[in-house]
Amino acid sequence: MNTTIMLFLVQDGITNGAIYALLGLALVLVFAVTRVILIPQGEFVTYGALTYASLSAGQFPGTARLALAMGIVAFGFDIYVARKSLRRRLVGRAIIVNIALPAIVFALTYALVGHPSGIAVNIALSLAIVAMIGLFLYRIAFQPIAHTSVLVLLIASVGCHLAMQGFGLLFFGAEGQRGPALSNAAFTLGPLRFTGQSIAVYVVTAAFIVGLWLFFGFTLTGKALRATAVNRLGARLVGIRTTLAGQLAFLMAALIGAVSGILIVPITTLYYDTGFLIGLKGFVAAIIGGLVSYPLTAVAALVVGIVEAFSSFYASDFKEVIVFTLILPVLVLRSLAQPAVEEEKD
Amino acid sequence: MNGHTNPRTAALLSVSDVHVAYGKVEAVRAVSLDVADNEIVTIVGANGAGKSTLLNAIMGILPLKGTAAFAGQDIAPLDIEDRVAAGLSLVPEHRELFATMNVEDNLQLGAFRIAKSKAAAAFERVYHLFPRLKERRKQLAGTLSGGEQQMLAMGRALMGTPKLLMLDEPSLGLAPIIVADIFRIIGELRANGVSVLLVEQNARAALEIADRAYVMELGEFILSGPAREIAANARVAASYLGFQHEGASGI
Amino acid sequence: MAMPQRLPILLFALVMAAIPFVPGMPPFWIVLLDNIGLSALVAMGLVLLTGVGGLTSFGQAAFCGFGAYTTAVLTTTYGLSPWLTLPLSLLVSGIAAVVLGLVTVRLSGHYLPLGTIAWGIGLFYLFSKLEFLGRNDGISGIPPLSIGSLRMIDPGTIYFAIWIAVLIAALLTMNLLDSRTGRAIRALRRGHIAAEAFGVHAPRAKLLVFIYAAVLAGLSGWLYAHFVRAANPTPFGAQAGIEYLFVAVVGGAGYVWGGVLGAAIVVILKEVLQSYLPLIFGGSSQLETIVFGILLVTLLQLAPTGVWPWLMARLPFTPIRKRPDMSLTLPPRSRATATPSVLLQIDHARKQFGGVIAVNDVSFDVQAREIVALIGPNGAGKSTTFNLITGVLTASSGRISVLGKAINNAPPQDIVKLGISRTFQHVKLVPDMTVLENVAIGAHLRGHCGAISSMFRLDRADEARLLAEAARQIERVGLGEQINQLAGSLSLGQQRIVEIARALCVDPILLLLDEPAAGLRHMEKQQLASLLRQLRDGGMSVLLVEHDMGFVMDLADRIVVLDFGTKIAEGTPGAIKSNPDVIKAYLGAVA
Repeated sequence: MNTTIMLFLVQDGITNGAIYALLGLALVLVFAVTRVILIPQGEFVTYGALTYASLSAGQFPGTARLALAMGIVAFGFDIYVARKSLRRRLVGRAIIVNIALPAIVFALTYALVGHPSGIAVNIALSLAIVAMIGLFLYRIAFQPIAHTSVLVLLIASVGCHLAMQGFGLLFFGAEGQRGPALSNAAFTLGPLRFTGQSIAVYVVTAAFIVGLWLFFGFTLTGKALRATAVNRLGARLVGIRTTLAGQLAFLMAALIGAVSGILIVPITTLYYDTGFLIGLKGFVAAIIGGLVSYPLTAVAALVVGIVEAFSSFYASDFKEVIVFTLILPVLVLRSLAQPAVEEEKD
Repeated sequence: MNGHTNPRTAALLSVSDVHVAYGKVEAVRAVSLDVADNEIVTIVGANGAGKSTLLNAIMGILPLKGTAAFAGQDIAPLDIEDRVAAGLSLVPEHRELFATMNVEDNLQLGAFRIAKSKAAAAFERVYHLFPRLKERRKQLAGTLSGGEQQMLAMGRALMGTPKLLMLDEPSLGLAPIIVADIFRIIGELRANGVSVLLVEQNARAALEIADRAYVMELGEFILSGPAREIAANARVAASYLGFQHEGASGI
Repeated sequence: MAMPQRLPILLFALVMAAIPFVPGMPPFWIVLLDNIGLSALVAMGLVLLTGVGGLTSFGQAAFCGFGAYTTAVLTTTYGLSPWLTLPLSLLVSGIAAVVLGLVTVRLSGHYLPLGTIAWGIGLFYLFSKLEFLGRNDGISGIPPLSIGSLRMIDPGTIYFAIWIAVLIAALLTMNLLDSRTGRAIRALRRGHIAAEAFGVHAPRAKLLVFIYAAVLAGLSGWLYAHFVRAANPTPFGAQAGIEYLFVAVVGGAGYVWGGVLGAAIVVILKEVLQSYLPLIFGGSSQLETIVFGILLVTLLQLAPTGVWPWLMARLPFTPIRKRPDMSLTLPPRSRATATPSVLLQIDHARKQFGGVIAVNDVSFDVQAREIVALIGPNGAGKSTTFNLITGVLTASSGRISVLGKAINNAPPQDIVKLGISRTFQHVKLVPDMTVLENVAIGAHLRGHCGAISSMFRLDRADEARLLAEAARQIERVGLGEQINQLAGSLSLGQQRIVEIARALCVDPILLLLDEPAAGLRHMEKQQLASLLRQLRDGGMSVLLVEHDMGFVMDLADRIVVLDFGTKIAEGTPGAIKSNPDVIKAYLGAVA
């Protein structure tokens, strides 16, 4: 094998793998806290990428409208649930989070569209929009059925994926888009060429992994999220609001998805439905990590990326077949390693 | 174990005419109960009588019909989390610890709803009551022995500085020797200004430390009164205390 | 109002048969019904697999693909008759299910559904890349089904083939569920440990439902191929697999007719959205998936258990439950002719979990006609010892023998054959099955009929005897009144007693009871004690774990005390009570 090609494929694999790692981490986070297998994770990627691309192209992104609309629905849910004991603090929070925040972001977006604005502003707006969609998605779709089985949550998750993909097509059209790179710098090291964008992918991924580790290990909020994941009733009994924990987990997942999207949209053309497949590969990594382990998920994601790069080079027709069947032997090994686990379901 | 003969004058917790249904089955019917400041009250009865159901409903885990007031506030519309913040705490039958987190983290989370400045004092108090927890503070909760887990569950609940601690079967599955320890500590809580509502199958031990008692059967209270009188009641003795077994657990 | 169970099905069949003959019936509605039937077949398999067996699969569409492509290739390339390819299509789906199932059903928890997504997508890409399957274009020109000169070309004729298949599948599935095998499958959703303790071979039972569901999907694929007379990868992809699961969940994942209802809801909903949304909002077709997704989430929020059970709860019918004919008897379990005096011998048994020694070189025995109690604090290794004896866990070292023969890490299914049955510390009943059905699982090994004979109702005599035995044991423990109640509606104490009845159905020589008296009142404890004495006097031995010292001291012939995995004492109740080590470690100061 040609070393240059091999190095090139490994580099390509690591760049993709880093993105899968981010998505895998988000999936693990959401599953642990809420038991939801987050199929719409891919839509967060698409929304983030295409919102950023639209803003960069001077267009008003439909996602800002969606965030506002979802906020209004979420407000309705909050008020309906609390209708018997409407307290001022509760209503105040509902107004601020569900109405005021998306309205402000909407107004800012509206005001800035068409004016030449910096990359940083566009990124910040895209992240804010997608993060709010994540938060409201949990509030509207999952919070009312948070107590049901993993299966029901999974089906609801599929429903959300369908609806969000449909919105994606509505907002961004069927054509693919690209966004401007964070930096156009590049340098070569031996036979390899590193672009500023790929360096950004590595740095951001590493930063998120370290950040999550610090957050879960050392902050009270992080510990509270972990506690919710370990024992929901226990968490409620010490006063942790599991609904807030779920909203926070979704917000973080949406943020991670949007970041991933913004990172890759300068490298590859993204379509309204590209996110799904990217999300699924994050899944493969998360599954290999057993939906529990963050470091394992990150390592698995890199492996998935590298395997994908190699199989697209050597057997491009069967690339997807290889990537998706990759998890079967891993799953078998995992379940052989711990056979006597008794699941208490429902 | 005296005083507080008229709890109604200073009821900390007061529920009246409470019904709790599990689906279509009414597990608790028309129950009224009070707990005063600095009082230990016990509910005795067989498993399935509705005792745990009642505690869970007071905590907000199950919905209840009827009125429930705590420290003068109507708690019926409050979520579990808000009841915790109001000073009500439950140590449930299955303890519900954070098994994969260590003892210290479990306790720290117990103080989730109180100010950070108060947490240090709470740690000190809990470690003083349960020195064993201090020794094990870096150990994962799931690897503790049954007795230690019960101590941790109580310790975690006390970290939130509750006014009323509800204990659901604290002696379940523990060695008689540990049970004695647990009951001694429950007795000491009063000195810390915590009231206790205790649900226990080990009726004899419960009646010994309690001020007052309710006897529950098939979802209803059939008797109530000072613990000593209840313990002396012939029907209670036959149903729940059994005949004096020589050498039966020494509490 | 009570109603015979099968009457509604007959009515349903008649209505379905009459529909095509209704004058003025738009042909378009018949197409819809065809699609509903095709979808219902797959969903019915999922009901059994997911709703009943607890195995979530996203990959069912791939099995439709196997069925469709098999007949497509064989009829177009090799010119075989469609009727000849039917068994072959089912066979190929079944074989694919065996291969994928062997890998997949051993996956536990959430790995399973995710594993099925993975191979579902993998197979989709395989279908679309293989040359002989026509790659992305697929295969066209598949001949229609025909009987004599009747060629089922139009939707109105293949309608009968589809709906006859649906009705037959529904009947077979219902028969299967209402049988010895069906109970075993239904018990698996709550975990395999309890079912295996009574001889159910869990992986085999799971594989069975997996194959069954795949064959139904294959049948649907075969019908589909001859209905649209073409096969391409799209209807067999991940999206379709997800949609089938939805159909099952929306209808009610635990109910055979929920599958049919779910298919009707989803197919009609999609059709309505496709034809009416553009009228309301103008031509944008993407609205359809948006509205579909939103309606789905809304539906789940309103009826998370599915529409069928929601509907049934509102109908004034109650199913008739017959009492078993108690005159029938099961032959006793065959046992060794000469019974040695030592039933169970535990010799230096040891169990290590990582660095923790849960059971540390423990030795004791249980003699014939003896009640032995195992006491000690929680975490002392009592339940672990039970699990070592019953084969749930394998010992790290040491020897456990039954009737003089070492059990050598035999699995639970083999231990129960030796006549050792047990109850569990945390009750393991199936809450939505009746007491009778739960207890009948105990007699699993004393029945013989398999899945095929129960599908065709050849198992009725065997089944009646099993239920009679279960009813007898329920009477024996004093729960005759509750026989037809759902196990989950009983108090915890009563559920423990149900577990004892289930264990007695094994016709055991040794009964292992894990905290049987927890949750019982004093008087109920006395009744339990007298039942256990009676069993002992009838020749059975009992090994029990219990914390109620009054109960134990009165009942046990011998007591073994464990502390931190080590045996610290053994002897008669009198000796144990005054043993200083036991007092120090467990009992505390004696009253």
